[in-house]
Amino acid sequence: MVTGRTWDAPARRGREPHMRKLINAPADVVTDALRGLAAAHPSLRVDLEGRTVVRADAPRPGKVALISGGGSGHEPMQVGFVGHGMLDAAAPGEVFTSPVPDQILAATLAASGGAGVLHVVANYTGDVLNFRVAAELAEEEGVEVAAVRVDDDVAVTDGRRTAGRRGTGGILFVEKIAGAAAEEGARLERVADVAREVNERTRSFGVALSSCTVPVVGEPTFRLGENEIELGIGVHGEPGRERVAKIPAAGIVDAALTAIDADVPLRGAEVALLVNGMGGTPLMEQYIACGEAAEWLARHGATVARCLVGPFVTSLEMAGCMITVCRLTPELTRLWDAPVETPALRWGR
Amino acid sequence: MSILDWVRRSAELIAAEAERLSRLDAAIGDGDHGHNLDRGFAAAVEALPEHGTPGRALVVAGRTIVSTTGGVSGPLYGMAVRRAGKELGDAGVVDAVRLGAALRGALETVQELGEAQEGEKTMVDALAPAVAAYEQALAAGGDLAECTRAAADAAERGAQATVPMQARKGRASYLGKRSIGHLDPGAVSTALLIRALADLASEHA
Repeated sequence: MVTGRTWDAPARRGREPHMRKLINAPADVVTDALRGLAAAHPSLRVDLEGRTVVRADAPRPGKVALISGGGSGHEPMQVGFVGHGMLDAAAPGEVFTSPVPDQILAATLAASGGAGVLHVVANYTGDVLNFRVAAELAEEEGVEVAAVRVDDDVAVTDGRRTAGRRGTGGILFVEKIAGAAAEEGARLERVADVAREVNERTRSFGVALSSCTVPVVGEPTFRLGENEIELGIGVHGEPGRERVAKIPAAGIVDAALTAIDADVPLRGAEVALLVNGMGGTPLMEQYIACGEAAEWLARHGATVARCLVGPFVTSLEMAGCMITVCRLTPELTRLWDAPVETPALRWGR
Repeated sequence: MSILDWVRRSAELIAAEAERLSRLDAAIGDGDHGHNLDRGFAAAVEALPEHGTPGRALVVAGRTIVSTTGGVSGPLYGMAVRRAGKELGDAGVVDAVRLGAALRGALETVQELGEAQEGEKTMVDALAPAVAAYEQALAAGGDLAECTRAAADAAERGAQATVPMQARKGRASYLGKRSIGHLDPGAVSTALLIRALADLASEHA
């Protein structure tokens, strides 16, 4: 719920201009979307009541299970990342709201194959806390749980004074690569190490060209002037680093990659690049951003070894993009290339 | 003093203050604190077992609060209440020493799960001074009523002291300096729960 936020509190206005949504009722969006997910993907077991999405072939005896979850509204993340080579189960919360411990516990128990469970947790206070509570309850039921936090967003600069950097596009890399390690039969400790390594090697920076509207709120989370864009947004419309005048795609990509490069130097690195649409930006424009990003990286001495373009980690209908860069190693590249079969990512199988 | 009565009294107090708590939350968070807690504690009252020890009753109440409250405060309060129940163990009667251990356990759980220290504008700013005051009163030979009164007074002072603090945890922390000048809703609700304890203890003294 994001009513009553105090930064840029939107004036109370009629709902109509912002609520042209393909929904039945604001309160039902998560359940209705999960119903559709179930209809589209028989490879998933969707529990509408308990709000979990589990691989149909789970539990897989002897395999470390990867579980994630978080607020809905970021589709295809996380429910679309469930499947062979990635997540074993996901716990989708309400829109932009952490799942509750019971959901995470149910997902954990449903996916546990006796070799331990890894919780991949985006670094938001609610997610961290709810996953930690679920882990404690799961351990009491005899399931070994390890947790890895993803905090790849360089836009939050002062981690000591806030809840810290946020988990954004890096989640995709962590789950794909650690998921491949788990699929190969790696033990829990090793899968957790791989996940931590990917998180440490991955950075993101997002730019908003428009706000988004949480269905039950009915109004945009923030407002941008006609000629403004917001640099350094989170994935829930939290405030960004700065609001600037509209600039061309080249300038937006430069701002994102400059911020990332200032945090971890990219020169000489071999990288996997994700140019991620935020939900409201056409794929054509995402390819424009990708072209700029590839040239920027080449100019700065980095090699793009793998590349992914598309809406993977979205914020409802927000326009804009997020650039995520993962500095690869030969082992991480091998795991990235390993077969994956989920609603959102599928190759090699 | 009956622990079941504490759960019931807390639910009444939270219900009466739900609007105010949510308003406090709207200023620096997402505006649902009071209503979330109201839902959680009402469910806990419903779930209270008719038989068994006070410790068991708290474990059940805590687990129910975890399941039904939502947000960040739900799991924190639920796990804290559950831990308090575990600290009470199989004891048939809650005395001042056992309640002190339960409160200390609750504080530990909140700090472990929430990774919060005093001074970060959270419920810890009410709970930590309350536990310290309780233990001080206990060491001075205080009975249940005296110890809980000291704790409730300290919790209320602690909650008040969150006004000039800058939030360092949770959603409010993203507001930076703009979080200064507001009461922390979690500290306020914590003070309410400990006041419920003190009221019951003095009624039964």
